[in-house]
Amino acid sequence: MPSNSDTQNDATALAPVHVDHLIADGELAPENAWCVSYDEEILPEQRPAFVPLVLWQANQDDIELAPLLASNTELTAELVQQFSATDTLAVDFPAFTDGRGYTIARLLRERYGYTGEVRAVGDVLVDQLDYMRRCGFTAMALRDDQHPDDAIRALNAFSVRYQTDVEERQALFERRLTAGQ
Amino acid sequence: MYRYDIHDQTLVDERVAQFRDQMERYQAGRLGEEEFRPLRLQNGLYIQKHAPMLRIAIPYGMLAGNQLRALADITRRYDRGYGHFTTRQNLQLNWPALEDVPDILGELAKVQMHAIQTSGNCIRNTTSDQFAGIAGDEVEDPRPWCELIRQWSTLHPEFAYLPRKFKIAVSGAAQDRAAIQVHDIGLRLWHNADGELRIKVLAGGGLGRTPMIADVVREDLPWQHLLTYLEACVRVYNQFGRRDNKFKARIKILVKALGIEEFRRRVDEEWAHLKDGPQTLNQAAVDAAKRHFPEPERRPVAESAVADFEKLRSENRSLARFVTNNVTDHKVPGYKAVTLSLKRREHAPGDVTADQMDAVADLADRYSFGEVRVTHEQNLVLSDVPVDELEALWKELDTLGMANPTVGTLNDIICCPGGDYCGLANAVSIPIAQALQERFEDLDFLYDLGPLDLNISGCMNACGHHHVGHIGILGVDKKGEEYYQISIGGNSTDDASLGKILGPSFFREDVPSVVEKVLDVYVAERYEDERFLDTYRRIGLKPFKERVYAQ
Repeated sequence: MPSNSDTQNDATALAPVHVDHLIADGELAPENAWCVSYDEEILPEQRPAFVPLVLWQANQDDIELAPLLASNTELTAELVQQFSATDTLAVDFPAFTDGRGYTIARLLRERYGYTGEVRAVGDVLVDQLDYMRRCGFTAMALRDDQHPDDAIRALNAFSVRYQTDVEERQALFERRLTAGQ
Repeated sequence: MYRYDIHDQTLVDERVAQFRDQMERYQAGRLGEEEFRPLRLQNGLYIQKHAPMLRIAIPYGMLAGNQLRALADITRRYDRGYGHFTTRQNLQLNWPALEDVPDILGELAKVQMHAIQTSGNCIRNTTSDQFAGIAGDEVEDPRPWCELIRQWSTLHPEFAYLPRKFKIAVSGAAQDRAAIQVHDIGLRLWHNADGELRIKVLAGGGLGRTPMIADVVREDLPWQHLLTYLEACVRVYNQFGRRDNKFKARIKILVKALGIEEFRRRVDEEWAHLKDGPQTLNQAAVDAAKRHFPEPERRPVAESAVADFEKLRSENRSLARFVTNNVTDHKVPGYKAVTLSLKRREHAPGDVTADQMDAVADLADRYSFGEVRVTHEQNLVLSDVPVDELEALWKELDTLGMANPTVGTLNDIICCPGGDYCGLANAVSIPIAQALQERFEDLDFLYDLGPLDLNISGCMNACGHHHVGHIGILGVDKKGEEYYQISIGGNSTDDASLGKILGPSFFREDVPSVVEKVLDVYVAERYEDERFLDTYRRIGLKPFKERVYAQ
């Protein structure tokens, strides 16, 4: 039997998370209506809410729910096909050092052609935003202690990129050749 | 060598501004210790034992004279007037002040240098053959390919938070001088029967806590697909590499856990989507990269000058020793590559003073087209010296204390900074190197031993590559005491192998005599000119063990 304090901790850990600051399309959004719920069994009371994939799949008639993808999600064409029913989904960063979400976003955009909002949630820090945007995230819900001013500055830190990404479809080596002609 | 255009320059300038902003937020308390950590690491900044350490990138070991002078200037203004060349062909500053680091990065940017991705869980500085472009056994100059990889891997948006660090090495010659079998990814450039360039891709090699020799993922990748294939490999690693245990997070653990067939299957499945995509290389892009590495305008050296040089060599024993050990043949007759030894007892292996940096930059300008290379053995190379100027160069190097004729011998020790500097170390390593150099300083003895790699690491992270030393020494900690474990039989070149541990570890003061006993066995057992490594491979560990642990 778990002790009382454990039960309380579990309940706290699974309480829906809401953060105030959302960066959407490169700007600070006026508000963030969505909460994120990590509980895989019970739907949260708040709406709209991102809920774990299995829970979303079981409650697709609730249009105020959207899928929350864990960082170890393995995407398939069949799975992404289901996402045509939602115009937003969230990819979780359980720790800011967990880089799997970047790959998930790129695959959603570049391989499976998902065109809805892809939102980064969880341990989302100012200094990751530029990479997130380049990988296809169109919204980032900042961890509570992050300053929105810093976020906008960090997003615009670089004007040069060597690689192709979701936004830039020509590698710099190609663009140099074009410019040199 | 590679010169920045407006894009490269803008990127490093913007990187400096970004880091300055991050440092200000850190100092103002808006960026926590834990959050700042990967940001500073990906700019080469460690918080060390005594002071911060800054690791400056030297892409594939290539330095221009003006860059070396700028480094000298930086070490004088911001550090203690010296730097340390590492086994990844980079330069470390041991005593910068934290608050100065943005300014130091700004100074580096002025000479087309940076510290981007020299640490952290990202793709690190790509390393290569120090004799790239001049080696007689070269099939393809690896430097343009390294530069293409450098650009692809720099600020790659998807791979800044990998499970662990990721190191790539490239070799383009018959003999592997880049240790490609002990890297996360090793690339070998070769030509097929039709003369087309192909790339052999190895994965899952590495040293550290669980040393492994790499497996072959693909024998014959057409060069056009280099970047898309690398992207597929790193993507598979990013998705499936372990993140629950940092000691099991390197790609080698993933490759071994999946098995090479399954790893290859996943890479190929991923690559099927990326192949022929926008990062596919074309001839024009490769030619553009190659134009940064033209043949220098070497003046012709008369055949008589070559003959004169050979005569001089036969008459002057000191010069002959230097030439035998520190001078390497060049693909162009009349030219040689000269290795400047950074191994002297009075300094840590790989250390170089600001005055020496200035002097080497000056020598590079006068003798070798203004370029210097850093080797993974922690020495420097002047790659294009005409034979009729070799004697003059040798004399100047001797004055500078950089003509130790011991390159490739037991005395040419590879060594990490160890417990004297590094926060990770279990034990000191520099004093061990110095004690060994003192014990084995007799040149005739060293030459008689022949080629011998002795590598020292102060902890199992293996920055001193002890697993691939013919003799490897590892500092271990037992209840707060420093001990040293000795292994033999490692090798980093074509027939790569990992050393085997002799047995229980030794006290620090006993290390030189243990090494001496190992050498005694070799000298007694070898056939004629047999190398240490070959004798070991023939007779095995047992005779060494018996001698060392004899009561």
